[in-house]
Amino acid sequence: MKKYTLALVVLSFAAANAHAFCGFYVAKGDAKLFNRASQVAIVRDQNRTVMTMANDFQGSARDFAVVIPVPTTIERGQIHVADKALIDHLDAYSSPRLVEYFDPDPCAPPMMPMVVAQSGAMREEMTLSKTRDRARSLGVTIEAKYTVGEYDILILSAKQSNGLETWLRENGYSIPKGASAVLGSYIRQNMHFFVAKVNLGEQARLGFSYLRPLQVAYESPKFMLPIRLGTVNANGAQELFVYVVTPRGRVETTNYRTVKLPSDVDVPLFIRDDFAPFYKALFSEQVKREDMNAVFLEYAWDMNWCDPCASEPLTTDELKRLGVFWQGKGTFLTRLHVRYDRPHFPEDLVFQETGDTRQFQARYVLHHPANAGHCDAAVTYRRELHERQEQEARNVVRLTGWKIGTMRQKMHLASAVTGPHEKKWWETIW
Amino acid sequence: MRRLDPRLYQIGALMLLLVYGIVALEFDVTFVRAVLLLATAIATQAVGARLGGVSFDPRSAAISGLSLSLLLRSDSLILLLAGAVIAVGSKFVVRIRGKHVFNPTNVAIVVLMLMTDRVWVSPGQWGNVAFFGFLITCIGGLVVNRAARSDVTYAFIVAWSALVIGCSLWVGEPLTIPFHRLESGALLLFTFFMISDPKTTPDSRAGRMLFAALVAIGGWYINYRLFRTNGILWSLAGMAVLVPIIDVLLPAARYYWNDAVVSSPRPHVLIPSPQH
Repeated sequence: MKKYTLALVVLSFAAANAHAFCGFYVAKGDAKLFNRASQVAIVRDQNRTVMTMANDFQGSARDFAVVIPVPTTIERGQIHVADKALIDHLDAYSSPRLVEYFDPDPCAPPMMPMVVAQSGAMREEMTLSKTRDRARSLGVTIEAKYTVGEYDILILSAKQSNGLETWLRENGYSIPKGASAVLGSYIRQNMHFFVAKVNLGEQARLGFSYLRPLQVAYESPKFMLPIRLGTVNANGAQELFVYVVTPRGRVETTNYRTVKLPSDVDVPLFIRDDFAPFYKALFSEQVKREDMNAVFLEYAWDMNWCDPCASEPLTTDELKRLGVFWQGKGTFLTRLHVRYDRPHFPEDLVFQETGDTRQFQARYVLHHPANAGHCDAAVTYRRELHERQEQEARNVVRLTGWKIGTMRQKMHLASAVTGPHEKKWWETIW
Repeated sequence: MRRLDPRLYQIGALMLLLVYGIVALEFDVTFVRAVLLLATAIATQAVGARLGGVSFDPRSAAISGLSLSLLLRSDSLILLLAGAVIAVGSKFVVRIRGKHVFNPTNVAIVVLMLMTDRVWVSPGQWGNVAFFGFLITCIGGLVVNRAARSDVTYAFIVAWSALVIGCSLWVGEPLTIPFHRLESGALLLFTFFMISDPKTTPDSRAGRMLFAALVAIGGWYINYRLFRTNGILWSLAGMAVLVPIIDVLLPAARYYWNDAVVSSPRPHVLIPSPQH
């Protein structure tokens, strides 16, 4: 049996380019904004939920506004602004990772294992022109209005979607075509809304150059994430990363298939430098393979530890700031990744927590060949090495859909077939 | 000519689904676990038959074992095997007027979910691929027709579809949403392989219609009003206790597997034959 010297180098790939809200952008003026990806952290136990929504809004903060549906009425204290670093840390901690092993010299005596770990995570004045009376005449009630951090928040309840749509338009929000129907169905399901806009004065005073994630805490049996509004003004498919922290175990979607991302696969050494494109291609290929009908599990782990660690687990303080409100129970993280559009994901994501505490991580393995010397074992080693490298190339092709020829070229595989010291097979017979 | 026992069709169909689920859909169950579940269910049947003094017939137990492999999920093999024991054991223990009350697979799942949070059912595991739904429907349709109790299945489909589509129309959702909900493999499996169990549904056709409608309403309420998962499983277990009452109010001939003909003018006979 082969034994490899163990050395871990963890390269993690974060939700790059990600980051919008699960609601939809409503830009003032004609700015064309598309929310292509979101990062949402959901902390949930029993019926209590704390949702943190991070965004990578790239336009002028003046243009930023978002409408977020929530299952219950919410009060002032239920909306909060979180630290972006929390989401970044969650991302880094749960990212797909690359693990390295070094083959031992087949001609040398066994070596003591060496462990090297390294993590490198690749990784925003509400002006109301109309009065509350106008809102009321449209069936829209402004339940509350206040400023949280750099955001001006309006908590709305509405009786009819066209009233809400009219109110939003009259107040300068660009409502994407088709949003009214979605808003209408949410209203009928007793959903409520809040609108967040950047208060430029507060933002300047606080000194943030980016938009911090919004947090909302509510109590509702609905364990779901509204994605339908997000598909209204989206130009093509969107990327969504959902980090769910629960006390018991893994979380899965109940109305869509949850599929584990391929893991524990040996890949060629060049992936070390091409991990980001590899992971993107891998994810795209898996989405394609599942006909874009699945939600992918990328990480499921008790948050007290990790192995190997792409980043250290979140501290108790970080978990608390993320919204973990319970004590004396576990904190299990599930990272779900979904690429969705309206035709394939017609309804909102509905989740359930399972009792599954088995760990899962998207992990890809590199094996560094040994610089084998001259011995009989080295000949066998080189032959097996070539077979292994060929298999690694095929693994990448299977995972990413890349061309086998390109893989072999990048791996200089042809030259690995017959090394200068290697004998032909028949030379070893007699 | 005597017809082939409908349970053999069902066993074949469930096996096919299980292999497809494990190989193509990566179900969270291994072949080894499935075999152990099957063996435990059949062994429980053997013990029950001996203790109850009836002849041993592994077919229904095999159906329970296979159904549990398709539905019940847990980290713990012990809990899965306990599910098989509860499923088959319930047939011998929970009986009213000589007829077992609960669908064995259903009651095992519900009891375990009430007892521990270490088991779960993944309704999303089948995905919503139309082809697959169609496939199950065809296979399942064959099974229920053979079991001559298609009425309960069709009544349930009508009631469930009416509720799901009606609700979406009421809240103004596009029809793609209710259709997506109806394309569920888990729903089809329940409809064609669980609620159709002729031994635990009411004896009369009118009773079965009523029963199917009650299960649909209960399941819909749990799923879309209480926002809990697996509403139909909970509902079936809850409504099962009404079956003896429905049988009294709407009496008819009892179903017997080996006859496979339910509309025969057999009198209402109460025979304690727990070999199902």
